[in-house]
Amino acid sequence: MGEKVLMKGNEAIAEAAILAGCRYFFGYPITPQNEIPEYMSRRMPEVGGVFLQAESEVAGSNMVYGAACAGARVMTTSSSPGISLMQEAISYTAGAELPCVLVNIVRGGPGLGGIQGSQADYFQATKGGGHGDYKLIVLAPASVQELMDLTITAFDLADVYRNPVMILGDAILGQMMEPVIPGKREDLDLPPKTWATTGAKNRPKNVITSLILDPAKLEQHNLNLKEKYEKIARNEVRYRTYMAEDSETLIVAYGTCARIAQAAIDMARERGLRVGLFRPITLWPFPYDALRQTAEDSLRVLTVEMSLGQMVEDVRLAILGTKPVHFYGRTGGMTPTPREILNEIERIVEEGI
Amino acid sequence: MRKVFGRPEAMADVPMHYCPGCTHGIIHRLIAEVIDELGVREKTVGISPVGCAVLAYDYFNCDFVEASHGRAPAVATGIKRTLPDSVVFCYQGDGDLASIGMAEIVHAATRGEKITVIFVNNAIYGMTGGQMAPTTLPGQRTTTSPRGRDVEGAGHPIRVAELLSTLSGVAYISRVSVTGPTNVIKAKRAVRRAFETQIEGKGFSLVEFLSTCPINWGMSPLEAMKWVDEKMSLYYPLGDYTQVQEVAGNA
Amino acid sequence: MAKVVFDEERCKGCELCVAFCPRNLLVMAERFNSKGYHPATIVNPEECNACTYCARMCPEVAIEVYR
Repeated sequence: MGEKVLMKGNEAIAEAAILAGCRYFFGYPITPQNEIPEYMSRRMPEVGGVFLQAESEVAGSNMVYGAACAGARVMTTSSSPGISLMQEAISYTAGAELPCVLVNIVRGGPGLGGIQGSQADYFQATKGGGHGDYKLIVLAPASVQELMDLTITAFDLADVYRNPVMILGDAILGQMMEPVIPGKREDLDLPPKTWATTGAKNRPKNVITSLILDPAKLEQHNLNLKEKYEKIARNEVRYRTYMAEDSETLIVAYGTCARIAQAAIDMARERGLRVGLFRPITLWPFPYDALRQTAEDSLRVLTVEMSLGQMVEDVRLAILGTKPVHFYGRTGGMTPTPREILNEIERIVEEGI
Repeated sequence: MRKVFGRPEAMADVPMHYCPGCTHGIIHRLIAEVIDELGVREKTVGISPVGCAVLAYDYFNCDFVEASHGRAPAVATGIKRTLPDSVVFCYQGDGDLASIGMAEIVHAATRGEKITVIFVNNAIYGMTGGQMAPTTLPGQRTTTSPRGRDVEGAGHPIRVAELLSTLSGVAYISRVSVTGPTNVIKAKRAVRRAFETQIEGKGFSLVEFLSTCPINWGMSPLEAMKWVDEKMSLYYPLGDYTQVQEVAGNA
Repeated sequence: MAKVVFDEERCKGCELCVAFCPRNLLVMAERFNSKGYHPATIVNPEECNACTYCARMCPEVAIEVYR
């Protein structure tokens, strides 16, 4: 058990990357995640790594692509509009099967939006964002400790599966300060990156590309990717539940909303309402089966998000019309309060819907 | 009898897809000759562009990475910062480098990234069928300037060698052509100096090649070379553009 | 003694070598290669001095020069 340190969410992400052996960071300033490049600019030289402030997120995400080609553990971080700029590079990185870690500290949108926390990038993270058939592994921490732990996990998942992994946070998680026990990198005994472009010495040349002009070959490449994604879906689903076993109303929420929902659940339980929480930690692969099983004996599901309703579509897919799926959300950077969520719980319970 | 000229080892023994008389083949060969002469094939990583040379990785015998349009200097930065002892070169056309990639090339140059950029300027967008490029000459007809480039609406062409030469961090810039054996030999010398600049750790190096596009210019390969000599090199003079900054405060 | 060898299958008939041979020794052959191009060829090889100009101008790296 390590010593507890009081850390800001953004800083925990940065330190976690260092602990995971990341030695290359290319990024661009954007609120509300500037603490990450600032921390990296100080810390990377201390560990003999490379920090470079790129000229844009477009450039930064392509520097990440290059470093990943060269076999590095590499990360970039940004917030919603900057992540939009990275989409082409993300598609290339996924198509070329390169490992890297991306962090989105989500802010209100669309467009320039605001700088408060939001969850309106769920579609962008899980359903594409970039072009083509690819998937990112998307992890949704709900505390500074999880920001630390899941960032370390992200680097391992990226290397194991040769895929980009995204940490989907938000401005609240990024800015909050909580006690953290610094994590440790797991000793996974990963194979060497013999595919990397390190120079064709004593081996045939390595070419890293996502260009496959022959449609039959490109289809086969996509089918290979599909096989990989199915393997990830079988092996890497992560979620938590809170008081779900006997719940009549099951709330589904992730990240900041899950914490707020948990407070609402405690208030609801005091009032004799049987409410529980299902908290996805992997947004991709989404825990469809686990959610369906957890909700089996519930009467209804209530999805709470800081958006107009994005994850709720996956919740509806999981529930398959077997019971009502309600939605409560705030957006534009507004945060729901426990009281608002409780009001919504009481309303749907009372109306018997 | 011994062989005095043939395919360099760093060049793959495969047919290339370029149009008849396109100078990409000559430029590829010069790069490969220099890689051979410097003995760096086993630590060279090339970055191919989006453009006619998108398949360049099939034509060289070294590690290669495909970059998205315009981003090769950023990809090269990621590779060189990860593998500082490698020899990293970008190969880019005029759309890739001077249009969509303008920010990346300027910033890689001003950072003094120890990479070598081979800039193939043929004043047109070749692969996509002959549209106007940032380096298309005033009055030049292309599929998106059918009445000839009108500088009023479309602006003036960009002189990349001159533009980048204002940046500290640039250690070597030269503009060359391959419109005849003498120019080919001079061009190779420039490529060699550029790679040596990188290997010696001096900073950013770029060689701008005035190149032909016979098909999209609507000329024979020989006529296209004459057009480079008689028209293109008037707007883009050949020569060394490396500048020693005299301004106070510059490294 | 000098010799130039043309890889006729690689030749795309661009005629640059013909234009730049200082002794005008090269022509495009009557025959076609399998791609439908007339390959370049040397008419009087005994006049060649292996200057390598043709090979340096060939975009296909289709010419080898021996001395």
